Amino acid sequence: MGRQMSKIAHLFKGDLVFRSKHKFLATLALVGALALGVAACGSDDDSSDASTSGSSGGDLSGTIKIDGSSTVGPLSEPIAELFQQDNPGVKVTVGTSGTGGGFEKFCAGETQISDASRPIEPDETKACAKNGIATSELTVATDALTVVVNKDNPVKCLTVDQLNQIWAPNSKVANWSEIKGLEPAFDEKLDLYGPGTDSGTFDYFTEAINGEEGASRTDYNNVGEDDNQTVTGVEGSPGGLGYFGYSYYLENQDNLKALEIDGGNGCVAPSAETAQKGTYTPLSRGLFIYPSKSAMEQPEVKAFLEFYLDNVGDVAEQAGFIPLTPEQLAESKNELATLESGSTK
Amino acid sequence: MSGVRTPGSERARLATAGARAVTASALSRQPAKDRIKGNIFLALLLAAVTIALVGLSALVVQAFIEGGPRFSLSLFTDPPSSLNVENAGFRPALLGTLYLILGVVVLIVPLGIGSAIYLEEYADSDRWWNRAIELNIQNLAGVPSIIYGILGLAFIVRGPLDLGFILAAGSLTLALLVLPVVILAAREALRAVPPSVREGSLALGATQWQTIRKQVLPAAIPGVATGVILAISRAIGETAPLLLVGATTFVTFNPTFFGENFSALPVLIYQYAARPQEEFKVLAAAGVIVMLIVLLAMNSFAVWLRNRYEQQW
Repeated sequence: MGRQMSKIAHLFKGDLVFRSKHKFLATLALVGALALGVAACGSDDDSSDASTSGSSGGDLSGTIKIDGSSTVGPLSEPIAELFQQDNPGVKVTVGTSGTGGGFEKFCAGETQISDASRPIEPDETKACAKNGIATSELTVATDALTVVVNKDNPVKCLTVDQLNQIWAPNSKVANWSEIKGLEPAFDEKLDLYGPGTDSGTFDYFTEAINGEEGASRTDYNNVGEDDNQTVTGVEGSPGGLGYFGYSYYLENQDNLKALEIDGGNGCVAPSAETAQKGTYTPLSRGLFIYPSKSAMEQPEVKAFLEFYLDNVGDVAEQAGFIPLTPEQLAESKNELATLESGSTK
Repeated sequence: MSGVRTPGSERARLATAGARAVTASALSRQPAKDRIKGNIFLALLLAAVTIALVGLSALVVQAFIEGGPRFSLSLFTDPPSSLNVENAGFRPALLGTLYLILGVVVLIVPLGIGSAIYLEEYADSDRWWNRAIELNIQNLAGVPSIIYGILGLAFIVRGPLDLGFILAAGSLTLALLVLPVVILAAREALRAVPPSVREGSLALGATQWQTIRKQVLPAAIPGVATGVILAISRAIGETAPLLLVGATTFVTFNPTFFGENFSALPVLIYQYAARPQEEFKVLAAAGVIVMLIVLLAMNSFAVWLRNRYEQQW
């Protein structure tokens, strides 16, 4: 039976190759992947053989493994795709295990670059250091954590303190009318939606609102990694309230209302502008990639990182992210240059 | 009960027929209350079937409505793309799923049948260790898949086996996950082979192994195949354990069996469905259709195999 199945699989594969005959590269990639799979079978630390040739351009080869935040993943994916078009010899994969899960693999030396929607934590840095992995941080885009409510909700703005009343670990607030200082008065059952505890968004929000990362009331609708459920939930619930990355609001502006946030200097609405200027506090955050220092000695990783920062501006906007300002981007590029000069010894 | 037709047997036949008629009329004279109860029970059973089918068809119909317009052959042949989502395909993930399932089948058929033969034909169920094995297999069939994912990560990908995040590690994890189902089904199939078949074979001088190989196993193959079909159907849709053992989201090249960097259809569907952009949600729905097609193709092949064997015996 197994043999029969394999025959089927082969037939199928043959079929695929026929259909994409013009895509010669795909076939090449398959052959290459097979060869690599056989060659690399067993050994998982890749001492790249192409690392001797320092020339740039299309003759780079190797594999770059990226994993981490599912928020940053959709930004890394198109850049990886563009990079592979220019450098057919390099294979870039992007995983979305979540910021925490990504760092876990990164610090075990299983990935070269980690996507993160919050800065690395001391614990994680320690875990990395234990395995001899030095980390460095590059800011690649900005995000505005957006607090959304139902379209019919009359409330326009919440202060950080009011959000804290709602989301504090022991909060018993069950109705909008129980929120102190709410303008205008609103009497409706509070229906909360939020991401799962593995998410960097959860970590960032709890840190900014409740003062401690991971501290949150637990009796909310936990949507895990699927923020679209928050969209559906808040859309259908008059007293609904939820939070997620700006791109989810951008795609659902007609069905949801974003609350303005008062971080002490008056109400500010989430937008590309306010997030870039940093006035949307405390919920605007940076999105990061963390290359490992040792990986940066591989020419393909170095080239990829440079390519990343060169293209992230255009791609960010297309993919629904808030791009960095030119100054912020220049800062990231400087940072990368410093890292590179440091890593070449 | 049958015999030569004599006046006596004819009388017996008439008597039986008469008794049956009396019983039938007595049964049909059930009190109205009992009849109503019977009808209510039937209605409940029908409702149970309907709920199951409506739930399933709602899912399928929704996938087809949302993903149908997006469905095309290029979904099978094109690599994924985040730049051009409208033309993205599932090729690497599709091949990843096929390889994974292939690995699962290669592992579970010998292991599952072997375990079942041991437990059913050789093991002395009075011994406590055999009873412990049986109890464990039944319990393992109900363990959540994420637990197997953690097991795979700790023992297969890292830890003792240390295979790394390779596709074969995914196959191994999924195989462990569905193995109990296969063993249980294969045992049922072996048990259903009448003892007379075994006794006849043994009486003719065949050894126990010859009996199993030539008589019992061929007779049990349809049942075993059903178990394997169920196992494949479960394995193909598993996402959680695969995420743990290294299935990634964005891979543009084809996977290899012992290579890292593979993807799988359910993983992509899960990730795409959670993206904010509408195009990705549509792509996820189209992915559901692709997966249904793959699943149905695999299962029809297995059913065809099963029927072939059924006819032979």
